[in-house]
Amino acid sequence: MNFISNVAEALPSYMTPLVVTLSATVFGSLFALVVAFGLGLMAGSRLLILRGVARTIIEFFRGTSLVVQLFWFVVVIPQLFQVRFDAVIIVAILALGMNYGAYAAEVVRGSIAAVPQGQLEACVALNFSYWQKMRLVIIPQAWPEMIPPLSTLAILLLKGSSLVSLVGLADLTFHAQVMGRRPDQEMLFHLGMILVMYFILSYLVASGMRFLERRAKRGIGQEPVATRRPRAKDAVAVG
Amino acid sequence: MGSWSWDRAGELLPLMMEGLRILLLVTVIASAVALILGLIVAIVNRSAPKAVTVPLFGVMEFIRNTPVLVQAIFVWALLISMLGTSASPMWTGAIVLGVHYASYTAEAYRAGIDGIPKGQWEAITALSLPKPRAWWAVLLPQALRKSTPALGNYVIALFKEVPILSAIGVAEMVTQVEGYAGANYGGSLEGFTMAGLIFLVISYPIALLMRKLENRLAN
Repeated sequence: MNFISNVAEALPSYMTPLVVTLSATVFGSLFALVVAFGLGLMAGSRLLILRGVARTIIEFFRGTSLVVQLFWFVVVIPQLFQVRFDAVIIVAILALGMNYGAYAAEVVRGSIAAVPQGQLEACVALNFSYWQKMRLVIIPQAWPEMIPPLSTLAILLLKGSSLVSLVGLADLTFHAQVMGRRPDQEMLFHLGMILVMYFILSYLVASGMRFLERRAKRGIGQEPVATRRPRAKDAVAVG
Repeated sequence: MGSWSWDRAGELLPLMMEGLRILLLVTVIASAVALILGLIVAIVNRSAPKAVTVPLFGVMEFIRNTPVLVQAIFVWALLISMLGTSASPMWTGAIVLGVHYASYTAEAYRAGIDGIPKGQWEAITALSLPKPRAWWAVLLPQALRKSTPALGNYVIALFKEVPILSAIGVAEMVTQVEGYAGANYGGSLEGFTMAGLIFLVISYPIALLMRKLENRLAN
């Protein structure tokens, strides 16, 4: 009973840090999705210049460490350009979004390339413009295939959001350490509690993405292949 | 503060090299843990009774779905409360990172084992091969071939996550930059830029090689 009352006592103070973690995850994922479609479409383009630009950005963000990128965005950019950021969380969201967006761009490019050739030929036959082709034919078919790997990436982004504590943002990870250092508190108790919170959050992300997948597949008249939690083997290279 | 200084970059360089040495050492230890433990988990999941595999599945899911940063701080705090401050940050960090990635590599091995044709299992029964020999001589050589690209990608990913361990004081590149910048009121610009470039120079060629290998094994 003592344990339960300890949890009940500690939980209210975790509400604001939870909002920080959630907003980093949700807005980071949304920004990553925008980046992924932008870079993914460019990387699948026939124009060498577009492809070159996209590939450079993708390889740059995939080739370096997220921790280094976060420090670079938050610490180095203000020095280089003589600016001051008032809202570090926005910079952190941009860094998370660019990093995971670069991984997701490969998913977008791959799923679009996997749409059967006949569909592309049909678009030529109907004299569709590039945007008509993408919006009406290609993306509706590629989208359901993207969701399982994107779900894995969203969970990685949730876990990666804990790194914003290293640049001083008061998220769950940061708050648990602050609480744990108080003389009347137990560090292991607080860290254990946020581990469970992160686990529940990633379960919610996975369920949400499975729901999206079912809806997207129904939208083009398919049954989901199997309803299971996404596994590591669905993942593209992580990190 | 302000603009790029070559003097500071020159002072940082030996620190970065020392950081890189520790980074690579941690990568090697953690990869070894991840590759060996992941394989053991995958084999146990195939051959042990449900009483073992169900809890093991739960533990692996928990490790995979929680941040490695929090896991590292948790284990670090646990060791301090158990042993005092004598634990080595480098070994602690390397093992935590290795166990975290074992939860991924186990899935990569599992996918490889699942890909083995049914006839191979039947042949093992027909020849009544003992279990160790069946795994060693028949199943693993086939499974490993299929898992290799995924495993390679996890090692690259692990390499890039080592700076997370700066949180428990592993003296890799990010920790070195922070130490220098804290003592000299500057140098974070040069240090983090160099750290990024070093990562790029190492991981990009390896990633290219992995993609080549992936294409070769796929055909």
